[in-house]
Parts: sequence; C-alpha cells; structure tokens
Amino acid sequence: MRQVVYRIITLPLLRLGFVFLLIFSNNLGAQDTAAEGDVAAGKALFNANCAACHRLNQKMTGPALANVEQRLYEEEGLDREWLNAWIRNSAALIEAGDSYAVKIWNEYNQTAMTAYPQLTDQDITNILAYTAAPPPAPVAKTDAAAQAVAGEPGISNQIILGALALLFALLAMALYLVKQTLNRFAEAKGIEVKVEEKRTPLWKAFAQNQFLVLVTSIFFLLASAYFVYGYFMQVGIDQGYEPVQPIHYSHRIHAGANAIECKYCHSSARVSKHSGIPSLNICMNCHKSINEVAGPESEYTNVTEEYSKEFYDGEIQKLYKAVGWDAAEQKYTGETQPVKWVRIHNLPDFAYFNHSQHVSVAGIECQTCHGPVEEMEIMYQHAPLTMGWCINCHRETNVNVKDNEYYTKIHEELSKKYGVDQLTAAQMGGLECGKCHY
Amino acid sequence: MKATFKAIAVLAVLISFSSCQKNSRPNYQYMPNMYEPVGYETYAESDAFNNGVEAQLPVEGTIPRGYSTYDIPDTNEGYELAKQSLQSPLDSVQVDLVRGKELYEIYCGICHGNRGNGKGKLVEREKILGVPSYDDAGRAITTGSIYHVIYYGKNTMGAYTNQLNEEERWQVVAYVEKLKADLEK
Repeated sequence: MRQVVYRIITLPLLRLGFVFLLIFSNNLGAQDTAAEGDVAAGKALFNANCAACHRLNQKMTGPALANVEQRLYEEEGLDREWLNAWIRNSAALIEAGDSYAVKIWNEYNQTAMTAYPQLTDQDITNILAYTAAPPPAPVAKTDAAAQAVAGEPGISNQIILGALALLFALLAMALYLVKQTLNRFAEAKGIEVKVEEKRTPLWKAFAQNQFLVLVTSIFFLLASAYFVYGYFMQVGIDQGYEPVQPIHYSHRIHAGANAIECKYCHSSARVSKHSGIPSLNICMNCHKSINEVAGPESEYTNVTEEYSKEFYDGEIQKLYKAVGWDAAEQKYTGETQPVKWVRIHNLPDFAYFNHSQHVSVAGIECQTCHGPVEEMEIMYQHAPLTMGWCINCHRETNVNVKDNEYYTKIHEELSKKYGVDQLTAAQMGGLECGKCHY
Repeated sequence: MKATFKAIAVLAVLISFSSCQKNSRPNYQYMPNMYEPVGYETYAESDAFNNGVEAQLPVEGTIPRGYSTYDIPDTNEGYELAKQSLQSPLDSVQVDLVRGKELYEIYCGICHGNRGNGKGKLVEREKILGVPSYDDAGRAITTGSIYHVIYYGKNTMGAYTNQLNEEERWQVVAYVEKLKADLEK
C-alpha cells in the first residue's frame, strides 16, 4: 500500500489493465510486478528514453518491445532481475558472457544499448506496464457528426439548385402555354395579331456606318496588340511552373507544420552558388524512424481529404525504394535508384546568381524570392525571376551595414556620395551589368 | 452565316493559345541555346560518366581540398575512443557561439530542442521519440563523443557530415557543450 497517489489517479487504468491481464496472461505470477506499474508514467518514460531505438510492435534499431517481459519469461525463462540488469547496464551483461545477452547483441549488429543506471525499479515497472498495456482502441472521434456537418451544405446546395432549375423550367412552360392560349383566344375572336415589319438588322446598320466600323476596328487592333504583346513578353518566364515530381514531397508538412528550417535540407544555400537538392540520406535522417505519417485520428496529423495517409505512406515507401532501405530488416540493401527530381527554378545561362551571397551575406529570408513555401503542398515558382524583378529588389532593399567594421569606410563614403543614411543594394553596385552578366 | 463561323473559328484559335499555358510544363523560350548552359550544370544529366549524372563522388582515396580525414572508425570501440580522447581543434578565440547557435538551431534543434533538453518540435509533435537530453547521465557526452556522433550518427540519428563542414561541426560541438553546461546548472 505504498503507491497511494498513483492508485487514485490511475484506478480506472489499473482496473482495465487487470482485466486485460486476467484474459491474456498465462502467468499471473510474472505479471504481478507489471500490474502495479503506471501505464501513463511508463509511456512518458518510454517515449523519453526507449523510443529512439524501440517501437512496441516493430523492429527498429532495437527489437520490438510489446509484452517484452512476458515474452522473455515464456520464451527464454528470463525474469525481471535479468531485465533490470540489461536495462541498467547491458554492456556488463554482454561482457559477463550471458548467453541471451550476447545473442541479442549479435542479432542487432552489435549495437550497444545506452545504459540507464538512473532508472529506478518503479520506473522500469512503469515502462514494462506500458509495453504490456493493450494498444488503445482506435478513438472513434465524432467522425460521423463531422461528416454530417461537412456533407450538409453540399447536399442542400445541390437540392436548392435542382429546385430552382425545376422552377424555371415550370415557369418557362407556363409562359409558353399562356402565350399559346392567348393566341388561340385571339384567333377565336377574330383579332388579327400584328406581325412586325422586318427592319434592317442591327449588324447591317452597323456595317453601313463607316465611322463606327473604323472606331471598332481601331479598338480591336489595339486590343489584340495588347494581348499579343503580353503573350510575347511572358515567353521564357516560368512563374507558376509546378511540375510533378517523382516523389511527392510536401513543403507544407515539412517546412510548415513541422517547422523544419529550409537550410536543414538545402544546406548548400549557405555556402554555395546553388541551393542544393538534398541527397536522400538527409531524408533518411528523419525517415529512418518516421516510416508512416500520423493518421487523421492523431492530434498532429497533416493529412487532408485530397492527400490521404495511404498516399503519403506510399510516397515514403518510394523513398525507401530509391535509397535502398529495407524497413523490415532496418538496413540498407545497397540497391539504390537515383531520383530524377525536376528542377523548377532555372535562370538563363547568361545570368549569374549566387545563393550564398543572398542567404548568408545579405541574410534574406528564403521566402522573399520563393514565396510562401511553407504553405505549398506542391512546390511552384513564385517569382517571375526576370531582370526587372531582380533590379527592383536591389533598388528597394537596404543593406545592413551594421557591425561590419571592415567595410565601414567604404559604406561612409558611399553614403556621402549618394547623400543617404541607408544604402540600397543598387547603390552598392547592385545594378552593374557585370555583376550578373559576364 | 459564313462570317459568324469565321469569328467563332478565330475565337477558338485565340482560346486554344491561351490554354496552351500549362503549369506542369516549362514555358517556351525565345532562344534556348542562349538559355541552356554549354558547361555542366549542377545535378544535370551527362553522358561523360557511366551512371549518366554530372554529380559524382570524389575518387576513392582522395581528399577534397580543404577537407581532412577523420581516422576514428564508426564502431563501438571508435565511439569510446573518441569519447575519451578526441579534443576540439578550436581555441577559445576561434569558438564562435553565435554561429554555433545558428547552425545548431538549423540542424539539431528540430529534434534535440533549442535548449538541448531533447524536446524539439518533432519530438513535441510525436514524430520522432526518445531524443535524450544533453545532461543524460547514462550517456555522459563529451567533446569527442559529440563530434563522433555528428560525424557518423548513432542509432536512429543520421550523420551530419555533408550538411556541416569540419569547422562548423566543431562550432556546433562547442555550442552543445554550452547547452549541456546550462542544463546541468
């Protein structure tokens, strides 16, 4: 009767766990200790300490851990003592030559498990209680209600439209019938219905008026010149270009919802002319452990109606295939297939642009040129990338000359020359032809 | 009647012109041979190499200019060796914590948390779990072990060798040690 506080908090949980144990456990004796564990506390500890390498139902860097205590007891005859020793210092156990310890160490590529001397008996009990707890039943959210709410306006809109169409059809029919009846009345009473004389049709009258024809043709010529000019000016500009990539990559999820820095993947933008496309090992930094996206029941889900969980999971599988990662065995097969990404932003060969100069030196946000990337499900070209667009930005952008002592003198001279406090990129020479064309 | 047909035909041609613009395809160019580079472009296809791409790994056994080798192997023994013996080549003047912080928050903070407590954005959102705090007693990280793990990765963590160069890695190591000291306060 020690853990009174725990008991009060988790009484319902414990009851549930106990029922579960009664049903599933062959060996209540071995589970006695686990029955006292606090599943919620165990989950927190598991997530903080174990989840980097272990999942409950899936092999990762280390073995799957669901029901580990029971399985170990039944299959290997190992008890809590052994588990405690392993968790607190697996290396010592391996060194001492414990047969199962050596076996599991070799099975997992001799990966040393971090020692956890700081975990108390109660901590380990809690963690084991979490591994033994049944997976929570899929939360039946108010999906049905949500669907009904979402569905209603669509259905009722259609009904309203249909009803309106029907009404108009009826009205048209009624009018036609009325006209027919009136005509019949007129005929019956012997009144002659006047038929209007044919006048010159409007277009003929128009064509006969030379002034109007002249004005209209001038108008049409100007209008078409305007559109033809517009068409020719947009040749070679790829604003809005949105190609289909071989693997669907959502910037909305990565850069938006998960707030991963642009430069995490495009690291060469800091130091090089190019903002490189990340090689697949950078994807695998995270996707080694993220092998599926969170479903719609999760609090942190990113799936939408258009892009389902199945779709995204399929794209992650494409990544695994390309990089040659065997998720079941948790190792690389060595069979890679390079991904042919489609390049979106392309400057003509006669214009020079350097990313590091803009990103590292000028400190411009990526979004200034690339637009709201963190909202893009499919990446597209936001800016026109024309010379006018470059020049405009150079004229408007003030250069940060603060704390740049090496150039202080030049900055002061330039400020004096132009008579301004804030130098723009243009005044620093950002409009020189040779800066970009050589 | 014929005139009407003609007008409709002209209109149809105009409409078809405007609908030619499709976002999944690049636009037309006036003089492609002025736009397309003659030299090799980064990531371009190239028949100069067997695998058909321009991007190639350095020849085995060579070291790119400005790089140096790291001789400690990616094994458990190597980790222990680095943990015991490896020291930072940066002296107190060369350590630039401002830059270290900048780099740390781009590459590490997303999982390890900007305070180094193992609670980055991805951990909070339950995407990646089990990220330890830097003051974790069981791991007891040192200068050498931090560098070693950045270089090779460890368990679920990947290597950051191609995102950070040698000097940047040491700057990050210095910043991680500062975070560790702050956490242990």
